[in-house]
Amino acid sequence: MPASPPPHSRRWSLNSRATRGVIYQVIALALLALGLWYLAHNTQLNMRARGIQSGFDFLGANAGFDIGEKLIDYDPSQSYGKAIWVGVLNTVKVAIAGIVLTTVLGVMLGVGRFSRNALVRGLCYGYVEAFRNVPLLLQLLMWYLVFIELLPAANEAWAFGGLVFLSKGGLSFPWPTTGVGAVLGGLAVGAVAGVFWRRRVQKRFEATGQDGDRFWAPLAMLVAFALVGWVVAGMPRAWSVPEQLAFMVDGGMALTPEFMALLIGLTMYTASFVAEVVRGGIQSVSRGQDEAASALGLNPRQKMKLVVLPQAMRVIIPPLTNQYLNLTKNSSLAVVVGYPDVVSIANTTINQSGRAVECIAIIMLVYLSTSLTTSLVMNAYNRRMAIKER
Amino acid sequence: MKSPSQKLTALALCAAATLLALPAHAGKDVDAIKKRGELNCGVNTGLPGFSAADSQGKWSGMDVDVCRSVAAALLGNADKVRYVPLTAQQRFTALQSGEIDLLARNTTWTLTRDASLGLTFTGVNFYDGQGFMVPKKLKVNSAKQLKGATVCVQSGTTTELNLTDYSRANNLGLKPVVFEKLEAALAAYASGRCQAYTTDASGLASSRAKDMAVPDDHVILPELISKEPLGPAVRRGDDDFAAIVRWVGFALIEAEEYGITQANVDQLKSSSTNPSVMRILGMGNEDTGKLLGLDKEWAYRAIKAVGNYGEQFERHVGPKTPIQLPRGVNNLWTKGGVLYAPPIR
Repeated sequence: MPASPPPHSRRWSLNSRATRGVIYQVIALALLALGLWYLAHNTQLNMRARGIQSGFDFLGANAGFDIGEKLIDYDPSQSYGKAIWVGVLNTVKVAIAGIVLTTVLGVMLGVGRFSRNALVRGLCYGYVEAFRNVPLLLQLLMWYLVFIELLPAANEAWAFGGLVFLSKGGLSFPWPTTGVGAVLGGLAVGAVAGVFWRRRVQKRFEATGQDGDRFWAPLAMLVAFALVGWVVAGMPRAWSVPEQLAFMVDGGMALTPEFMALLIGLTMYTASFVAEVVRGGIQSVSRGQDEAASALGLNPRQKMKLVVLPQAMRVIIPPLTNQYLNLTKNSSLAVVVGYPDVVSIANTTINQSGRAVECIAIIMLVYLSTSLTTSLVMNAYNRRMAIKER
Repeated sequence: MKSPSQKLTALALCAAATLLALPAHAGKDVDAIKKRGELNCGVNTGLPGFSAADSQGKWSGMDVDVCRSVAAALLGNADKVRYVPLTAQQRFTALQSGEIDLLARNTTWTLTRDASLGLTFTGVNFYDGQGFMVPKKLKVNSAKQLKGATVCVQSGTTTELNLTDYSRANNLGLKPVVFEKLEAALAAYASGRCQAYTTDASGLASSRAKDMAVPDDHVILPELISKEPLGPAVRRGDDDFAAIVRWVGFALIEAEEYGITQANVDQLKSSSTNPSVMRILGMGNEDTGKLLGLDKEWAYRAIKAVGNYGEQFERHVGPKTPIQLPRGVNNLWTKGGVLYAPPIR
């Protein structure tokens, strides 16, 4: 039976500490709001006095400029709002790809620091020191120069089997023209099903000691669901295959040198920090754990996977989140290598429309929401990984 | 801690002060520049012929001469200029925020910019048009042959818009690669990332002469795809300063029309009997400066400092310079061009 609340009636009194606390909070909040209002109002007055137009109505106006790289259909007769959205998606694209690659590379490097092989250890150490200590801006420029200086011109691209082309114009490869979404959707469903399968196997293993298949069944699920997606989409068979034209390689899917330079630059740079985060996490696991694992007869791989990493994760995740956020925010350097991210497009918009304050506000909002989303996801993961006291 | 009422009073006072300061007090920019004794002039970071610094850090070019002539007229000394190199991105914000007094940076005068950015264009110091530069080895001799080509562009310019318009009008499917810095855009073009580089024709000529390893390996295509009247701009709100910049520009064009040069200006000032020349140079009773809030010799000093318009053109971008631009439409109206300055009288 739940305990009833104590019969304590609180009188509203200025002498009460709680009441005064509330009043102070309200006053502080009001002052803050007033200050913000004053800043906004003053800016508006000054802008109006100088004949600078303001407001967000420009977002609906015709943008008029083209964007070299886009994930959605966009043409110059569409609005500034759409153009900025194209930029947001470009930012998200490079951020997601960067986060995935950085995690893989960073974890490999971090674990590599504990390798028994001196060469691997030394290489990982050297990598971290080299990439961590050179400014990202320089690294981006370096990668971009490597791409555009060393690769052949777009009219004489290196062809691999007549299907894949590599040149200053980028990396082009065949790509299905339709049904990509359905197949990807199928893959996603398959992945979820696979995870559930593995969980069930694990549960049974813990309960009965009987191990089941953890690899082939999930793989089969992936393939099966992808196939279902393909069938649902109407079994499209059309592929867009790149071909060599006078100035360029056209068709298929293309990764531009700008995108690749930015992605590789961000990944290599951030991975050096992630490696250190992983190393710190692993070192935080006490030596006794390692020895105990050895005593159980686990091999080094099993020790790392089953004993050390799970414990290291709770030390690793919070700083890892920071690195993901850094990577996303650093992608705003894209403009130096000509990649049309949200900052680049907003800058163009500022120059065409003159709405500097509004565009900067939009940029801030975009980074704020991507960063908050990232931390939300990572915090949820962190809670799952935290030590559960039962 | 201040009490809320004190805070409120302070805020109210601040707001009132802002409101009171609002009515455009005529001549506030002129006053500020005179008080400072130096003109803050926004220029291109490096576009030979228009604005570029030499190894000693000395700036020169057509746009730099705008700064110098205004400083000569207003402050009495053409060297009283602090140059602020700006990218295309930074220029308007620099002017709006007061970091510079005068923007003399090959900026195209368009309706949107004039009407919505809080600035005033004071005239045109170069009539230009956007063109394309391509490597000679591509064997392209018209922009119409650039179908599907990748084009390097600098961000934040009218160039991006014109490129898009032209591409759509001619169904060319040009792909822009946009860089913030001129240097980056040129480097990408030079390395072959883009098949073409586009900007104003004067900028193409300048970059071909300065930035290409072998200038002869590159051709500038004949098509000019836009009108680009380039001119100085000032912040809106000080009509006196706008008038000074505008009339200094006109004076240099008039000077060419009446044959006043850097070399003969002193001699003409002591002996000319031509009423137009006398008016420009502030001789006798003619005081053209008074109406602008300047002294009698404002135009004399400007001409003495930088020469007339034609002299500047020959010195910085004309056929005898590496940039080799023909005078074209930038000639006097009497010689087949469009330079027509309202009379100084």
